Amino acid sequence: MEKRALFRSRWLPYALIAPQLAVSLAFFFWPAGQTLYWSTLLQDAFAAHPQFVGLDNFKALFADETYFASFRVTAVFSLLVAATGLSISLLLAVFADRVVRGATLYKTLLIWPYAVAPAVAGVLWLFLLSPSIGILTYALRGFGVDWNYYVDGGQALVLVVIAAVWKQISYNFLFFLAGLQSIPPSLVEAAAIDGAGPVKRFWTIVFPLLSPTAFFLLVVNIVYAFFDTFAIIDATTQGGPARATQILVFKVYEDGFKGLDLGGSAAQSAVLMAIVIGLTVVQFRWVERKVKY
Amino acid sequence: MAAVSLRDVRKSYTSDLQVIHGVSVEIADGEFIVILGPSGCGKSTLLRMVAGLETISGGQIDIGGRVVNELEPKDRDIAMVFQNYALYPHMTVYENMSYGLRIKGFSKEIISQRVDRAAGILELKNFLDRKPRALSGGQRQRVAMGRAIVREPQVFLFDEPLSNLDAKLRVQMRGELQSLHRRLGITSLYVTHDQVEAMTLAQRMIVMNGGRAEQIGAPLEVYAKPATVFVAGFIGSPPMNLLPRGDRILGLRPEHLEPCAAAEATLTIEVDLVEPLGGDTLVYGHETGAGAAEGRARVAVRLPAHAPAGNGRLPLRYGPAQEHWFDTASGKRIER
Amino acid sequence: MVERRPVLTFVRHAVLIAGVALVMLPVYVALVASTLPIASIMTVPMPLWPGTEALQNYAAVIAHGSALGSSAPVGRMMVNSLIMALVIACGKISISIISAFAIVYFRFPLRTACFWMIFVTLMLPVEVRILPTYQVVASLGLVNTYTGLTLPLIASATATFLFRQFFLTIPDELAEAARIDGAGPMRFFLDVVVPLSRTNIAALFVIMFIFGWNQYLWPLLVTTQENMYTTVIGIKRMIPGGDAAAEWNLIMATAILAMLPPAAVILLMQKWFVKGLVESEK
Repeated sequence: MEKRALFRSRWLPYALIAPQLAVSLAFFFWPAGQTLYWSTLLQDAFAAHPQFVGLDNFKALFADETYFASFRVTAVFSLLVAATGLSISLLLAVFADRVVRGATLYKTLLIWPYAVAPAVAGVLWLFLLSPSIGILTYALRGFGVDWNYYVDGGQALVLVVIAAVWKQISYNFLFFLAGLQSIPPSLVEAAAIDGAGPVKRFWTIVFPLLSPTAFFLLVVNIVYAFFDTFAIIDATTQGGPARATQILVFKVYEDGFKGLDLGGSAAQSAVLMAIVIGLTVVQFRWVERKVKY
Repeated sequence: MAAVSLRDVRKSYTSDLQVIHGVSVEIADGEFIVILGPSGCGKSTLLRMVAGLETISGGQIDIGGRVVNELEPKDRDIAMVFQNYALYPHMTVYENMSYGLRIKGFSKEIISQRVDRAAGILELKNFLDRKPRALSGGQRQRVAMGRAIVREPQVFLFDEPLSNLDAKLRVQMRGELQSLHRRLGITSLYVTHDQVEAMTLAQRMIVMNGGRAEQIGAPLEVYAKPATVFVAGFIGSPPMNLLPRGDRILGLRPEHLEPCAAAEATLTIEVDLVEPLGGDTLVYGHETGAGAAEGRARVAVRLPAHAPAGNGRLPLRYGPAQEHWFDTASGKRIER
Repeated sequence: MVERRPVLTFVRHAVLIAGVALVMLPVYVALVASTLPIASIMTVPMPLWPGTEALQNYAAVIAHGSALGSSAPVGRMMVNSLIMALVIACGKISISIISAFAIVYFRFPLRTACFWMIFVTLMLPVEVRILPTYQVVASLGLVNTYTGLTLPLIASATATFLFRQFFLTIPDELAEAARIDGAGPMRFFLDVVVPLSRTNIAALFVIMFIFGWNQYLWPLLVTTQENMYTTVIGIKRMIPGGDAAAEWNLIMATAILAMLPPAAVILLMQKWFVKGLVESEK
């Protein structure tokens, strides 16, 4: 971490680091602190004097059935997004790694969805799965499936999971591919000489060596499902029907901006903060440790 | 061109870690002085203190009569050649060499003039448009020297510049460095751990060990009269034989030991290794017989190629003028 | 692959082609829809090959937006998105590179504190502090301004750490040689450090540009006037509540337009992007 070659100046380092610190203070630390502070207040847009209520907002939150429902939805949603996304990407990466011809073409075609905004991804799948005019809806009806996510909460969840996974495939694919390409071929060849078939080789050699990457992506996907998918939800189901897709971060927005319940919304934000910090710490601790052989 | 003066120069990293213990030397204008020592002896640190890349904890350094302790490197009128060349990878050879001059605001004509002159001396004229990665090690080192030359400084500082080159190239570059110094006559401080480089390039040497200057003098003088046991054992290949004799140590150079008849022998060894080199033969063995002190010291002898050499006893003699005596406790030379 | 069996190769290609098909399907359908008249889309199933209305649809949506939803001209929204993406990308890179330089090449009191402060910002995405951030921006009078759109998103710890990691690999002697040559810290920074960082800057540009272009929640809150909407939130606003009564052909045209610039940036800079993404997360 230390460099031996240093410059000497009284004021220059401060000047250089000031812009980043200033923006961080104004738009990160201050709002984060405010969030925590507001979570202890009872206030709404009309009241002149907010009241300090300590942890009451949190108590109300944990007694609220809709909050737990939202928690459940988020948990299910993120696990589905992570599991589906990682499996599909891993499959594609494994095959792309071994294909000789066309590897670059496949890679280019599979990477570019990284550029698509979550909101746009939501709108695209909304169109494909629209109950009235969606082309996939039509196909599903041909299979006897009655698709209408306006009515069926489970189907709404499927819609947003598909949109979310679709968008993340590229990111996961890239990392898995890089992970696979960093495995020394001699290891796999040695296993083959020892008599292991391709499937056995994958599970006993490749997958364990890929596990730091896999774990890292797991955490990233969970954080993605918790936060970046706001746009997908807002563009497609707006949390409905009947809160079937109301993930935690969407609830924060709805309660805060639409419902104007600032205290409750802030309390929810505080809980989310704790979750993210927990996930980041776990990621740093575990990934760092596992990566060192 | 200027004289450099070091007076009781000291360096400590923390209050209990002192790495340079009071080095003093007066370097004449135009002198080529080599700082020689093993890894970790502090020679690079000393050089960097002269350069201004390390702070000085105590003592004083003068360049050209000015005290430079507090001055930034760019204000000391020095130029440095690094072991790893330190060329700017994204700049061409011309840009690398002219960088310092461009910063100082010299006109294009002067810059072009100086770079051309240096490129001519170092045979770099065909490489001016290339980037460092398109050059060989020797060429890169010459560019590094070119960068130093164009600045026309008062002092050149060299930090083990030839260590990264292969043996043959090193010999060639040594010759070029000598002719360069003859031609430009700029005061030069040159750090190396290679005693052959030191012996051939230096007008005077500073032999350092553990942060101390153990001896300062011309190469042949240091060779003929090493001031301490360390210097005696460091200079010379194979190094001087150091034989314990009570509270003193007897030093004998391998080339000063002559085979003789057993009756005339003042030193007898049991040979176990013979290395014929073609021009000479090196013979290694242990002291034996009467007069052999506690702990049978290992002895090396340099014999002419035609001398008979084989395993077994070898009686040797030497002249009294070729004895070197050192005090065991202090390691210092004892004059008779 | 150790064994060589044609069956396996066939299976591999088949799976990859299926993967590509899955990935391209929504885009293909959107592309087709954007070239059809609205009537064709409303008759289920819609045709699966391109129609003839491409020019009309795109021209209409760029100039007037959608009549049945938000009527903000998409042309204007693309400009807003472009400004937002460019300012965020350039801003993040500039701010982070000088911070990283300060942290690596100077030793000053509070250095460790600053380092950890920046590190901590990695941990909380904007969604979690959204309400108070809005309040700060509103109280500064920055709602509906480009500054308000970009400034809160401009501090990036990721970029700072990427640069820091890279700077630590620059040999010390380069800085020493520059010092001896007479270069002060800023001179060294501009003449040596920045040119050497070119690849990192390119990779980060791609990532940050896409990040800025695709922002949703923040522009949603901070822009209330139609002429400040960005493309990404404009699309959503074109879909009126409910299902079928929307000009889907125009909405899909907007979606295609929204995807073009980021896709172009990725495709043009693919090499640096892939390298930078994998390096930056480590």
